[in-house]
Amino acid sequence: MSDGSRRACITGIGLVSSLGEGIEAHWERLSNPLTATPEIDEKRFSPYPVHPLAPVAFAQQIPRTTDQRQMERWQRIGTYAAGLALADAGIAGDQELLDRTDLSIAAGNGERDITFDEQVLARSDRSAEFEAALNKQLMTGLRPTLYLGQLSNLLAANISIVHGATGASRTFKGEEMAGVSAVENATARIESGEADLVLVGGAFNAEREDILLACELEGSLYRNAPYKSVWERREHGGGAVLGSVGAFLVIESASHARARGRNPYAQIGAVRSDWTRRCPAEATAAMARIFEAFAIPPDSTLAVLSGASGIEPVTSEERAFIAQLRTSAIRPVVRAFGSVLGHAREAHFLAGVALATIAIAKGGFYPPFSPASPEDRDDVRPEHVLVTTLGSWRGEAAGILARAE
Amino acid sequence: MNRSYVDSRGRPLVAITGAGVVTSLGVGKKQNWERLVAGQSGIRPITRFPTDGLKTTIAGTVDDLGVEPYSAYELASTMAEIAAAEAVDQARIGGHRDFPGALIIATPPSELEWPQLRDIHNAGDPELSGYARLLAAARQGQFGALASHIRFAAIADRLMERFGTRGTPLTICTACASGSTTIQLGVEAIRYGKTDAALCVGTDATVHPEGLVRFSLLSALSTRNDPPQKASRPFCKSRDGFVMAEGAGALVLESYAAAKARGATILGIVRGCGEKADAYHRTRSHPDGRAMIGALRRTLADADTEPGEIDYVNAHGTSTPENDKMECFSLAAIFGERLPHVPISSNKSMVGHTLIAAGSVEAVFTVQTLQTGVIPPTINYDDPDPALAIDAVPNVSRTADVRVALSNSFGFGGQNVCVVFSRDLL
Repeated sequence: MSDGSRRACITGIGLVSSLGEGIEAHWERLSNPLTATPEIDEKRFSPYPVHPLAPVAFAQQIPRTTDQRQMERWQRIGTYAAGLALADAGIAGDQELLDRTDLSIAAGNGERDITFDEQVLARSDRSAEFEAALNKQLMTGLRPTLYLGQLSNLLAANISIVHGATGASRTFKGEEMAGVSAVENATARIESGEADLVLVGGAFNAEREDILLACELEGSLYRNAPYKSVWERREHGGGAVLGSVGAFLVIESASHARARGRNPYAQIGAVRSDWTRRCPAEATAAMARIFEAFAIPPDSTLAVLSGASGIEPVTSEERAFIAQLRTSAIRPVVRAFGSVLGHAREAHFLAGVALATIAIAKGGFYPPFSPASPEDRDDVRPEHVLVTTLGSWRGEAAGILARAE
Repeated sequence: MNRSYVDSRGRPLVAITGAGVVTSLGVGKKQNWERLVAGQSGIRPITRFPTDGLKTTIAGTVDDLGVEPYSAYELASTMAEIAAAEAVDQARIGGHRDFPGALIIATPPSELEWPQLRDIHNAGDPELSGYARLLAAARQGQFGALASHIRFAAIADRLMERFGTRGTPLTICTACASGSTTIQLGVEAIRYGKTDAALCVGTDATVHPEGLVRFSLLSALSTRNDPPQKASRPFCKSRDGFVMAEGAGALVLESYAAAKARGATILGIVRGCGEKADAYHRTRSHPDGRAMIGALRRTLADADTEPGEIDYVNAHGTSTPENDKMECFSLAAIFGERLPHVPISSNKSMVGHTLIAAGSVEAVFTVQTLQTGVIPPTINYDDPDPALAIDAVPNVSRTADVRVALSNSFGFGGQNVCVVFSRDLL
């Protein structure tokens, strides 16, 4: 058993999204019912709405233009958010701490060169010798450093280079579950005593045609204007609206935080996940099993930040799980953060954990992000926040965040 | 728990009970090992696609598995399944589709390749162009089968279904250190008591035009195309880059106590792992070797092993000017005056650089060295780099009493991971 000193605590948050950047901006915007609304661009990628990143002065966290030039946008978003988290935790610039700050990162691939791809495609149907011609186009048209903007682990690399965090470095892949695995792995290493200080995070750039294509191939995008919250899309074919997000956390052992005089915002009670084959009701049952292991006392009011995406049928499976909570004498106060941030794939769970941590630190919760059930106007001053994320294709997961002891 | 089944820090010892491998030298441990110790090369001219206009026209492709049409997803999945099946069969663990532990797998980028992009484009509305046309065609729904190619969890899911592994599979990428990272994560999961067994797999099959060109544009590849077998020349003065290759490796790791309890044959021990990130550059290590040396020191500390105990180093040895120089420099910092007396060989001289899979493939070969007492050579060692004063096990394999071996894996993005294996409990 882990004693209290090995508890995994959150001592830094770096969040950047369509709503702005930082803890205060997100709390101010999302804690007020009048402003807890999404930013949506319905035109640029029509028929696909996206939640575009708020204007960000990347140079504030990535001062060298040579660094910025060698990054694709998802890396800039992530490296920027990582810098915010390190600064928030009081680690930025502290070489001794940075040298032993481990990285646990959730990532997909970086973006492709859309202009170049379109040039190649424009010639592809005319040329009978497509393959031979392709070689020449690739050799002369691909930007030499483009691959460094695409490789999954190069977000971690850029964080090491720009911010100097150079402990262990692991990058997890696998869409939504990548973010869950990144938090699970960091928490396990801290609880075991193998790590004290881990920068955990992910970044997602929604504003790119190649990721829209990847999602459209599996039919997971919402493309019916007008915009609806995640709970209201089922009648309109379901689907996710992607959102650009960088979400980073500094997760630290309680003893390490105490020794350097940091008051944690919150602690990670547990993170659990499962991987069903998604036969009907399997995801609901998996979530029920996960929840049961958290041993939340009955007759309690529970703040829930749902990672529901709007993709069907998995969003309905999550709705069924929440309905089961109600019948088990838990009073869930549900907010689906995908309705305000969009769906952020690898960074989605991390964004949920960040919002949960902010709520616990502020001693309040968020107003409804949707007019529809299962959200209602109940309020709660959360002792615990349950964060859920069900993958669009695979993976069921939840974490429980608690007030730091 | 039996006290002898924990390490000096009280952590469960980790045994290897199964291993499987696919490379350009063949399918399975037997075929690979025979060719490897005979000093044969799997590098050949690329026949998968036209190589007109390319600077590099050779690779260690895996061509004979009947994956038609080729795609990185299909070939990487197929090889991962073959290697994992060999490992699980050897371990005689669990029932049919019932592996009693976690799956940790390292996979190549999940992406659409040009033939697929072209197919989608050709199916689209000719009035449209570019991604608008691709998206409009995708909306018709007829390309759903391609979703597997762009889902990062797809290869893991396929193996999970085949082998019945437990829990959430981990899919990881630490570039060319990925294979070793799967072993490291497996060791950790067993040490933390989260599982008694782990199936650790690395696979890569990205010899396609863009896959080749993007390394070519980073000046990472050998252009010594003729003869192909001579192109990968680790630690030679004339080395000019790595040779891309395909392959998969798999290990079954188990807590030593659990393996003993079920009477499993133990192939070797994973004594410890370590890593250290480099902040210097995206493709080069800090000239003072701090991160590589840091990874080596952390590994030895984690394994509770003195440098003097290492009988053999299975080098990363990519045959790039940069890697081989920095690897030897870092090993010198660890071994000191003993360096010229430690056998250090590179499997990549024969199988090429299997990238994401390299750490997994080389772990399997390292275990075979421990078991057989035969060290595979570094072939093409015709013009030793005088600046690298090592015993590279030149050109012919060698018999030696190898009790403890170190395997190095270094990747783009400052990823440095090392693993210490031993033959017996020490």
